[in-house]
Amino acid sequence: MAQLTMVEAIQLAQAHEMARDPGVVVLGEDVGVNGGVFRATAGLQQRFGPDRVIDTPLAEGLIAGAAVGMSAMGMKPVVEIQFMGFIYPAFDQIASHIARLRNRTRGRLSCPLVMRMPHGGGIHAPEHHSESLETLLCHHPGLRVLCPSSPARAYGLLLAAIRSPDPVMFLEPVRLYRMSRQEVADDGESLPIEGCYRLRAGTDVTIACWGAITVEVQKAAQLLAAENISCEVIDLASLAPVDYETLVDSVVRTGRLVIAHEAARNCGLGAEIAATVSEHALYDLQAPVRRVTGYDTIMPLYRLENAYLPGVERIADTVRSVMSE
Amino acid sequence: MIGAPGTIPYLQLLDERGQPTGPLPPFATDPAQLQAMYRVMVLARLFDAKAVNLQRTGRLGTYPSCLGHEATHVGVGAALRAEDAIFPVYREIGTKFWRGVSPLEILLFWGGDERGSDYAQSRHDFPFCVPIGSQLPHAAGAALAFQLRREPRCALAYIGDGGTSQGAFYEAINFAGARALPMVTVVVNNGWAISVPVSAQTRAETLAHKALAAGIPGVQVDGNDLLAVRHVVEGALARARAGAGPTLIEALTYRLSDHTTADDASRYRPAAEVDAARAKEPMVRTRKYMESIGAWDEAREQALRSECSLQVEEAVAAYLRSAPPGTDAMFDYVYAELPPALGGQRAQARRYPGTGKH
Repeated sequence: MAQLTMVEAIQLAQAHEMARDPGVVVLGEDVGVNGGVFRATAGLQQRFGPDRVIDTPLAEGLIAGAAVGMSAMGMKPVVEIQFMGFIYPAFDQIASHIARLRNRTRGRLSCPLVMRMPHGGGIHAPEHHSESLETLLCHHPGLRVLCPSSPARAYGLLLAAIRSPDPVMFLEPVRLYRMSRQEVADDGESLPIEGCYRLRAGTDVTIACWGAITVEVQKAAQLLAAENISCEVIDLASLAPVDYETLVDSVVRTGRLVIAHEAARNCGLGAEIAATVSEHALYDLQAPVRRVTGYDTIMPLYRLENAYLPGVERIADTVRSVMSE
Repeated sequence: MIGAPGTIPYLQLLDERGQPTGPLPPFATDPAQLQAMYRVMVLARLFDAKAVNLQRTGRLGTYPSCLGHEATHVGVGAALRAEDAIFPVYREIGTKFWRGVSPLEILLFWGGDERGSDYAQSRHDFPFCVPIGSQLPHAAGAALAFQLRREPRCALAYIGDGGTSQGAFYEAINFAGARALPMVTVVVNNGWAISVPVSAQTRAETLAHKALAAGIPGVQVDGNDLLAVRHVVEGALARARAGAGPTLIEALTYRLSDHTTADDASRYRPAAEVDAARAKEPMVRTRKYMESIGAWDEAREQALRSECSLQVEEAVAAYLRSAPPGTDAMFDYVYAELPPALGGQRAQARRYPGTGKH
């Protein structure tokens, strides 16, 4: 099996589905000849031709809207939005149409499309290139929102996304694109589209997280193990809908919950998770649910991004605080 | 290119008195085709009056009248093939009827029930689109799908005069031009975007001029002239089907009604303007022309009106006795399958069913 980075795994999954299903068409800005600014579509146009990998005009609203028309007419567009910070022009299409077409036509028409987009910070990128906006997407019923945390999961979840009858927003943590390599078999095996992953088993506290911050969370868990604090790390992977069954089971066993995310705290997905877990497991909790998140400030330019993003120490301190309650 | 001429052709085949302005295309002298089109125009007009009345009497939600747009909507419908796909705004009742959507379905939609967009016919057509202009990229995407699959189909998008101020409009016609997509855009210029006249939307001389920047043909047509609309749209569709790319058609008509039943156009629109526009409305003109070639008479008119009134009344009766959708309907079409996390909410909704009244 090949040792792949996440970005290579994403490229591989698209190639696999394009070979399997002639209806799969990749479109976006610079995805063709250039192979994507992060190289996530590298080689696809050479292999599948310009009718399968389409460089669109520079207009995110158009790209999303065209994907609506294509998918409703039976194709499977796999769209790349160059950075999540540029999703706003596409938002009318996402909220008004992509999320709703199935419902508003009682299933007569639907939008089985995938929108891939780099997510999160930590790579010293320019302004507007480091946002974590998952909560905007998760708030819209009708969308599935996925966020892989490893090359193998990126491959398996992207296959699941492309095969899904629902529209899928696929958030790719930029910090993980090339952080590490992992064996990824190009076996066409998709992962379940809706399910958490236990990245580390533990008994004292559950840490819920997703995307790039899973790295810092696992480092913090390792650090805390030396202090005899046993952390269970749950990677949500599916941010909407959330697999609460697995998450609540974990919290019931550990009795404590910390939620870690890069996005701003206010109305972040962590708030929703805290509320839902409280509804189901309040009497199993031995300490208040705590969040460790980006601040309720504008995502700073990169000199301060490591101060903004929760690091290992901030995560570990938050866990220590719930252990001392 | 340095410097380029830009001209906008205008087509009218029937003048305001129903007299041909020149040679007519073959369909325009075929009584059966004329009668078929006129039938849907009459149905649309009678339906429209009934729908407004239902709203006024508290039995239908807010409704956008199509009064005065019948020639444009039916002319476009008649130019299309069944396998083409339309991307309407929300006023194009005549096109919907032409394509087999039923009066009951239209009533269900404006009566607050998504089942009204689950058309039994033309199932690939898009439903009405309320966010202004956002349907244009859908048409471009559908046209791209047809082009990629090498299907001889076209996407036809409607947009209003106000809609041409939206970014989505420019983005879509620009993309359609860049890829020579089989897409026809019909700008229904009825003079008013609620209370804002076209003169406040743009300094462009015509809305068809907006095609020029996209590198595609822009043409104007008398939108109250059934024959001209059909002829121009047929030409644009043939061009698109032949791979020659998109066309923008500006149909000049007039919104004889309020914007919707929630609007009062007398607040912002001079009565004299409306009166002048009424004199150019499409029904009389079409009928006069048909009479002039012996394709229509008063007896046929009365018979048609009776038949269409009956069809509308039957639809209204079916609408008024339609059972409300059950609360499960809120949940069952959000995803292909109900996610487990939503099961509890669906169960709760069943216990609080609401009234579901009209």
